[in-house]
Amino acid sequence: MNKQSIPLRIFHFYREGFREMTLGKTLWAIILIKLFIMFVILKIFFFPRYLNRFDTQEAKQEYVSDELIERAATP
Amino acid sequence: MLETIDTSLIDWSRAQFALTAMYHWLFVPLTLGLGVVQAVMETIYYKTGDDFWKKTAQFWMKLFGINFAIGVATGLILEFEFGTNWSNYSWFVGDIFGAPLAIEGILAFFMEATFIAVMFFGWDKVSKKFHLASTWLTILGATISAYWILVANAWMQYPVGMEFNPDTVRNEMMDFFAVAFSPVAINKFFHSVLSGWVLGAIFVMGVSSWYLLKKRSTRFALASIKIGAIFGLVASLLILWTGDGSAYNVAQKQPMKLAAMEGLYEGKEGAGLSVIGMLNPSKKSYDDGKDPFIFNIQMPKLLSFLAERDLKAFVPGITDLIEGGYTAHNGEVALSAQEKIHRGQTAIKALADYKTAKKEKNEVKANQALATLNANFDYFGYGYIRDVNELVPNVALTFYSFRVMVLLGGFFILLFIIALVWERKGKFEQAKWLQYVSLWTIPLGYIAGQAGWIVAEVGRQPWAIQDILPVSASISKLETSSVQLTFFLFLALFTILLIAEIGIMLKAIRKGPEDNGQLKVES
Repeated sequence: MNKQSIPLRIFHFYREGFREMTLGKTLWAIILIKLFIMFVILKIFFFPRYLNRFDTQEAKQEYVSDELIERAATP
Repeated sequence: MLETIDTSLIDWSRAQFALTAMYHWLFVPLTLGLGVVQAVMETIYYKTGDDFWKKTAQFWMKLFGINFAIGVATGLILEFEFGTNWSNYSWFVGDIFGAPLAIEGILAFFMEATFIAVMFFGWDKVSKKFHLASTWLTILGATISAYWILVANAWMQYPVGMEFNPDTVRNEMMDFFAVAFSPVAINKFFHSVLSGWVLGAIFVMGVSSWYLLKKRSTRFALASIKIGAIFGLVASLLILWTGDGSAYNVAQKQPMKLAAMEGLYEGKEGAGLSVIGMLNPSKKSYDDGKDPFIFNIQMPKLLSFLAERDLKAFVPGITDLIEGGYTAHNGEVALSAQEKIHRGQTAIKALADYKTAKKEKNEVKANQALATLNANFDYFGYGYIRDVNELVPNVALTFYSFRVMVLLGGFFILLFIIALVWERKGKFEQAKWLQYVSLWTIPLGYIAGQAGWIVAEVGRQPWAIQDILPVSASISKLETSSVQLTFFLFLALFTILLIAEIGIMLKAIRKGPEDNGQLKVES
């Protein structure tokens, strides 16, 4: 066996596995569509990180600490 | 300091998170349970060399694959929600959640992803031993994955091993082992995983019963039912043990949740466990003087025993927890809710004073404020409570969900025992009623798991982190309409996924284990 044999064997193993899939092809299609919807549509357009509107860590912690103080139910 | 957060924003944010988590939990438990069943079957194949078991394992593996593929990554949406809708909370706990979730991502996910390829592609291409090891390691990876997520959840129920840093406004992990191996985390892990095992067993028995009803694949169906029933019975008996541990942990760490689970308003010594009861819907407040029950059948003293391991022990009710004055576990007189609120307000004011002192570079004042903050931090979250009634979770939902979970758990044990006896006597194949019951128990398995999570999560309200941060202080200041929009987007997305799963799963089941001539049908 040469040095490439193991990586090549792994490559062929995966390639054959994917080629021989029947139901698996449908499932992979569902997975990829789902990941596309999640990461390209939902994450970018609907779920930006709220605190990313602040540029620095200091600004984020300042905002959160103000929020935690201002929301208190003081008498 | 009084900033008003729209309660509908809180409700919609909670509803969205609950929706996502509940859909996610439709996929996870079947992965955990069916995975073990198929691995057991493959182990029998490995031991016996009987091709029947290989084909049997392959069929269940196919259904496992469908569930895994549809469900994979649905939990990531919860991560999105943390960052967008729960930004205060995410910041506040970031360092604590970071470690378990990173370990989950790096170790368990990659372990799972590596071996799942061998499990599906490796039949007849790798050695039987390596294939079997890959199957078990896939399941182990999925289970370890669940562990770290449940560690994060457990920390919210029982926050330990951290210290609050007022400079960063974050909780920082001081003791990784206290977080990773807290009694709540350990118990929650076993209880949740075992519930997945029970669901896996129910699923195998139900699907196999369908084949018997259709008079197909009889040997396969009966063999699967036997494995499913044994596995389900073992898992159910272990769940009794972890359920007892859960109740004990709740009694010690979240007594309000226990009181809600039992509809217990007035604490008592030698408290009885409500077996079945109907709450009085006209009771609106802990102090309105109305009887909490229309009827209530109890097992005497059992609640005291479960909660304190002592038949005569005092178990506080909702009124006691609000009004205080009873002797708590640590021997001290329990604070009233008002006293806790005062201490919470003191802690938050100390945080504000600390910030001001730091800006003024007044170290003496800063140290004084820090000392006050630390002395009162255990009650920090109470500073956001405006009315003591906010501290009482939805009693009806918690009470009934708990009973649904427990009664269904009892029913499952009975079903597994009957199935085993009938199978052993060779009567299962003829018992159509038992086949129908097994088939229709599949949705009940899901309902039991969901009910358990409702008890855990609704019962701990109003807290996002027990005593430290309520949901009202955790959420981001978003437009309610934007949360509503994403709620319905998720509802649509997950419903489509669920329909896809059910459709593909039913198609695979209809094709049956004899598909591709893999399994000889014996009747």
